[in-house]
Amino acid sequence: MEEFLRILTQSMGELLAPTTAAYAMAAIGLNLHFGYTGLLNMGQAGFMLLGAYGFGITLTSGGSFWLALLVAIAAGVLFALILGMPTLQLRGDYLAIVTISAAEIVRWFGRSTLWQEWTGGASGLQGRYYKEPFQELSFLPDGRWALGPLEYINTGSDSWWTRIVAWGLVALVLLFVWLITRSPWGRVLKGIREDEDAVRALGKNVYSYKLQALVIGGAIGALGGVIFALPAAIVPDSMGRTMTFFVWTILLLGGAASVFGPVLGSMIFFAAYMFMRTGMRALAENTGVGDVITTTNVEQIGGMLVGVTLMLLVIFRPQGILGNKKELAFNVR
Amino acid sequence: MTADRPTITSRWSRLLAAIALVLLPAMLVAPPATASTDEPPCEPDDETACIAVLVLNADNDRISDVAITVAGAGFTTDLTTTADGPATVTAPEVGKYTVTIDPATLPGDQQLPEGAETELTVTAQTGGTARAAFRVGPGAEAPAAPSGGESSDGAPADAGTADDGEGVGAAPEGDASERDLTFAQVWQQIGSGLRFGLLLALASIGLNLVFGTTGLSNFAHGEQFALGAAVGYITINQMGMSIWLGGLLTLAVCAASGLAQDSAIWRPLRKRNVPVMQLMIVSIGLSITLQYVIQLMIGGGSERILSRNPQPLTIAGVTLSTASWLSMVVALVCVLGIAWFLTRTRIGRATRAVSDNSALASATGIDPDKIIRIVWIMATGFAALAGLMWGVSFGSFNWQLGVQLLLLMFAAVTLGGLGTALGAFVGSLLIGQVVELSNLFIPSDLRYASALVILILVLLFRPQGILGRRERIG
Repeated sequence: MEEFLRILTQSMGELLAPTTAAYAMAAIGLNLHFGYTGLLNMGQAGFMLLGAYGFGITLTSGGSFWLALLVAIAAGVLFALILGMPTLQLRGDYLAIVTISAAEIVRWFGRSTLWQEWTGGASGLQGRYYKEPFQELSFLPDGRWALGPLEYINTGSDSWWTRIVAWGLVALVLLFVWLITRSPWGRVLKGIREDEDAVRALGKNVYSYKLQALVIGGAIGALGGVIFALPAAIVPDSMGRTMTFFVWTILLLGGAASVFGPVLGSMIFFAAYMFMRTGMRALAENTGVGDVITTTNVEQIGGMLVGVTLMLLVIFRPQGILGNKKELAFNVR
Repeated sequence: MTADRPTITSRWSRLLAAIALVLLPAMLVAPPATASTDEPPCEPDDETACIAVLVLNADNDRISDVAITVAGAGFTTDLTTTADGPATVTAPEVGKYTVTIDPATLPGDQQLPEGAETELTVTAQTGGTARAAFRVGPGAEAPAAPSGGESSDGAPADAGTADDGEGVGAAPEGDASERDLTFAQVWQQIGSGLRFGLLLALASIGLNLVFGTTGLSNFAHGEQFALGAAVGYITINQMGMSIWLGGLLTLAVCAASGLAQDSAIWRPLRKRNVPVMQLMIVSIGLSITLQYVIQLMIGGGSERILSRNPQPLTIAGVTLSTASWLSMVVALVCVLGIAWFLTRTRIGRATRAVSDNSALASATGIDPDKIIRIVWIMATGFAALAGLMWGVSFGSFNWQLGVQLLLLMFAAVTLGGLGTALGAFVGSLLIGQVVELSNLFIPSDLRYASALVILILVLLFRPQGILGRRERIG
């Protein structure tokens, strides 16, 4: 029973964890791409990694926190422009292939020895090089604080301050996305998702709108990368394809083309993921299951279940929890 | 593969040795002066692991005539150092070796310092030379500094340790960017590129056939490739089957996985008229699932299908392992066979008809479901064969092999033209050359990136690919 409570607490902790916020943020960006505009961006992790690098490298070379945030956003914007300009005129799956390849290129360059002095190579940028300016901004008093069973220090890596900033940013971006998607601009995006040619017939420049959506969503993805880097380090290999696919699973779980879908999806995904892994690990350690499932296998089985979840979601409930089946971008073409 | 066909191999190698002798001047890339043993010095390549032993005095001068013993799993050899270069030996298998120095053979004024070890442990890896250095004489620092597992040419040994992340990959290859460029090197890289290209072609034709007949960009195709290597590892290495039996079993298992996939997932979804984009994301889910299944099967580390040290074989100045040459022949035969199948047989023609226009094809009495089932079996079977041969000829692989190669396959089919079988072939050969030749100019951990840059450039300037048709891109 005590064990069960511990697992439950750990899973609850995931609901508010900075990583959950980071993935929620990335999924909000992806929602703008896929949910509202119908763009298949399979390289969201590339945006996140670039954002994290932009943030981390600016801070390590002496820039201020706000400058670093701007550089991160600029990196996302630039990446979106480079990717979008050649590919947005092509069919959807080309964008998918190009974005996943470009994200891999970013990761390979990041882990290469070529720019090791900036990126830290495969071992990445350690958090201690860039975290200080961020933690100096904290106005929380020293010490620890507990919310029910969840207790963290006020300022530090895995702290309340990180959580407040992360979720504060998510709330701001959520408000921003809610406002722009119900504006005339947002309605054009949805129009493109439903029928590109009809929108073109109305005299709208479809290509330009798609590019704008890609840029804004990419910038939001870069912010997600910044949040991801705040409590941890910037390690290129932890921000690869798996991350992109997790973001997709989160978006489709919560519901594409819905405002709160990404946030809800991220919370449920990570709480369930943690519950499943800690639960299996506890079973493996304390019962006879351990002979069949070792602790390393738990991670692998966890990953398999994510894959199966994604498949089942797309097949049986593509609109996710909050989405509307009529608003699904899958029907395009 | 070599041990199963000794006669053919030896006859061929004698013939080829003769050819190689003629071409020898072109191949000589300033070989390091040999040790006093009669054997030629070991030169590391994709399949060969070397161990080099140095005995140095305080001024970094080499001490000659010191007796050294290298011992490893069931293998012991004696070496004598020379003043000209390190004494090298070819390691029969990758793994840990103990290098022992005989202090009695050291010159009187150059004894081992107090407390220094007479034994060093080095880890031999393919594509590199593991160096063991002994410091002797007055002024030498006490613990001899071994640099075990150091690659002679700066190649990152990331394949062995790529447990945690999504490392660059399966093949620890030499990084040639730091050497001087000679014709022989370029020629060797072209040969390696041909091997890469042929195996890639065999793998990506299936991807292209599936795309042609169903419109699906199958993201799980890379995992089918890796599955071939993984099942091959289990049958051949773990269960100890012969390569032919294990290979056939691997092919059967993987082709069956294609059949199962089609009837359990893809056909029902086709019946429901699920849009292609949705199918693509289903294939991504399948790819994640299979990735972890493979990890469950073979674990997180690098594995080798054949534990023997590969036999090098030189043809026309290109030195690759015998297994590589055989794989290339098999791949070429398969590709030609597929081309013959597509153009000359009834089912092949029907495949192309479905690829062109499924509705029209079914109106002429072709059953598209049957054709697509055959295409799935072929695609997964050939991907598995390519993966198996990849694992055999590149030495080691890990569970990430699939995703690495998937992007290169996409690059190849996009370059050649999505949906065209010949396009996949041409594109793959080109990508193979790009990857291996770029090795000469850029750090080897970026060589796959060069292929992906090409992919993006192709989409910029000729999105339909070299052989593709305009209509497919719209």
